[in-house]
Amino acid sequence: MNTIEYFKERFDLLQSVHKDSGLDIIRQKAFNTFNKMGIPTTRHEEWKYTRISGLFNKEYQFPVTQTATSLSQKDLDAVRLPGHEQASELFFINGLFSFPLSVVRSEALVVMPLEEAAKNEYKDIVSKNFGHSSNYLKDGINALNTAFVQGAVFIHVKKGQIPEHPIYIYNITDARSGNILSQPRSLMHISENAQVQIVETYTTIGLEESFTNQVMEIIVEKDARVEYYKIQNDASHTNQVSTTHIRQVGKSYTHTVTISLDGGIVRNNLNVVLDAEYCEAHLYGLYFQQGQSHIDNHTVVDNVKPNCFSNELYKGIIDDNATGVFNGKIFVQPQAQKTNAYQSNKNVLLSDTASVNSKPQLEIFANDVKCSHGCTVGRLNEEGLFYLQSRGISEKIARSLLLHAFAVDILEHIKPEPIRKYVDKLISERLEFDIT
Amino acid sequence: MLTIHNLHAGIEGKEILNGINLEIKPGEVHAIMGPNGSGKSTLASVLAGRKDFEVTEGSVEFFGKDLLGMPPEKRAGEGLFLAFQYPVEIPGLSTTNFIKTAVNEIRKYRGEEPMDALAFLKLMKEQMAMMDIDQSLLSRSLNEGFSGGEKKRNEIFQMAMLKPKLAILDETDSGLDIDAIRIVANGVNKLRSKDNAVLVVTHYQRLLDYIIPDFVHVLYNGRIVRSGSKKLALELEEKGYDFIKNEIDVSEEVNQ
Repeated sequence: MNTIEYFKERFDLLQSVHKDSGLDIIRQKAFNTFNKMGIPTTRHEEWKYTRISGLFNKEYQFPVTQTATSLSQKDLDAVRLPGHEQASELFFINGLFSFPLSVVRSEALVVMPLEEAAKNEYKDIVSKNFGHSSNYLKDGINALNTAFVQGAVFIHVKKGQIPEHPIYIYNITDARSGNILSQPRSLMHISENAQVQIVETYTTIGLEESFTNQVMEIIVEKDARVEYYKIQNDASHTNQVSTTHIRQVGKSYTHTVTISLDGGIVRNNLNVVLDAEYCEAHLYGLYFQQGQSHIDNHTVVDNVKPNCFSNELYKGIIDDNATGVFNGKIFVQPQAQKTNAYQSNKNVLLSDTASVNSKPQLEIFANDVKCSHGCTVGRLNEEGLFYLQSRGISEKIARSLLLHAFAVDILEHIKPEPIRKYVDKLISERLEFDIT
Repeated sequence: MLTIHNLHAGIEGKEILNGINLEIKPGEVHAIMGPNGSGKSTLASVLAGRKDFEVTEGSVEFFGKDLLGMPPEKRAGEGLFLAFQYPVEIPGLSTTNFIKTAVNEIRKYRGEEPMDALAFLKLMKEQMAMMDIDQSLLSRSLNEGFSGGEKKRNEIFQMAMLKPKLAILDETDSGLDIDAIRIVANGVNKLRSKDNAVLVVTHYQRLLDYIIPDFVHVLYNGRIVRSGSKKLALELEEKGYDFIKNEIDVSEEVNQ
């Protein structure tokens, strides 16, 4: 059976099982789009350097209904992040949100199935915002997620409230008995004057392949503040397309840090839509890839309204045969005067066979703006290396110190301390030298 | 301690050092002076093991060992230290972590246990006070945003922490005002003993008012063309390098 036929079969099954969710019409529309567009090939401008079509030649199990997990407590504990005792912990298993496993530890949060939110008091929020990312991601991959939306979650941070501890979101794929396709979906609504920290990770358990096609949409209201941290360190037999679509609909502040340390093919879409005056957005990223892994960060900052500020810094270290892609778009719409938008991408290549494609893209339609972008690709600073070696530090450790120093720039933007230390430790392990 | 014999070295096929001979014994202070482009900094770099330079002839022994065959970190382990003319800025690496790593790597090389945290902190504070370095510098990234004077003081501070047997100061006085020169010189003098030696590479005589040399060598066209006592430095200061240049150029014409 070819891929499209297989998806058709699964889709029909899903539609017959979940008839009255209120989402079936949205799914049907998205499935039509998917049928029309198919899986993006490298002929698609946005997928020029990232080839995912090959991933769909494999057979995946693709759960469309919730079943009890066979993961043990030990499996789950291995996935948990430091600080989890206080955090609100949300679990997706094979792309479906798991209420039995998830624990909400803050009164400031409301967590419910998206199907429910689509019908109750939150239905306006859902109808206005769900699927907004498809305006920016015109490809079959985004449509594929929406076509199968089910087991999705709606997360609401109440007006004026601040959960004391972060929300940890664990995306777990159980690939012990076959290749798994996971499609987690969530919609987050950060109310007026609320604040929240979100940390998200991806873990595949088992040795079969996994492909995760995730979409998270976040709406940020006036005077709200959001920190979002994505940590990707899954095994090399796992692949993912991870979309985070942030829409700031009132004067608000967002801060995202994307850390990508491992995985087979990893594609991140981070969109930040500045849809109100005086919004501020900070986008940071660090990718440190080795082996055969491929990391692609596509970012969009869309200045829709005037007087917004955005700052973006992505840094990459690429070793072995790994490849990196950075594509950073900044749109300044005609009415978005007085925009300040900055972007920078810096890369260090550690081997002759490592490569990176960096593409800044500014599309400015207003005339009174300040925008800048820059990208560098280079090798490790030889002068710095000699300086450290001249102080008795071996070349290997000197390299580690310099690479760690390169990464610190991004690490220091991870504000929750246990998470910062955790990521720092992952990097120190990779560098085989712990500076602390 | 250090024996340089007929050292020839250059960069990209261009010869800069044309047969240097120099012997430094424990307890001695040597100054190498010379006009711009004479090869002073090249000599310092070659001794410390900078990769850019290629040694084409000659030898350097450090306590009887072949120095030129060692990577830079081994040279440091053996007790050689270069205070850089242009200390490198490394954003993201704190001065404390850098020094701690260096101290313990050198101890490891010498077969010693790593220094315990308290002793390290105490030593660091003492040496910082000596070099008049503000404590806040330690948590800052190595040399990042340091003023010229702070960078040079930081070099001597590192030297004090690493306790080398031979310290090479490469134009440490350049860009420093007189107060900073005094602090730097004072730091160097405090570290002097009968067991260690200092090689001061400088364009000007003024640093030598504070670090009194036992021997002064004049480098010109990659060779030591004259050696003498500290008086030679004063003579150079008074007459300028031209008098040496003229003398040498004339004698070379005669020889040809």
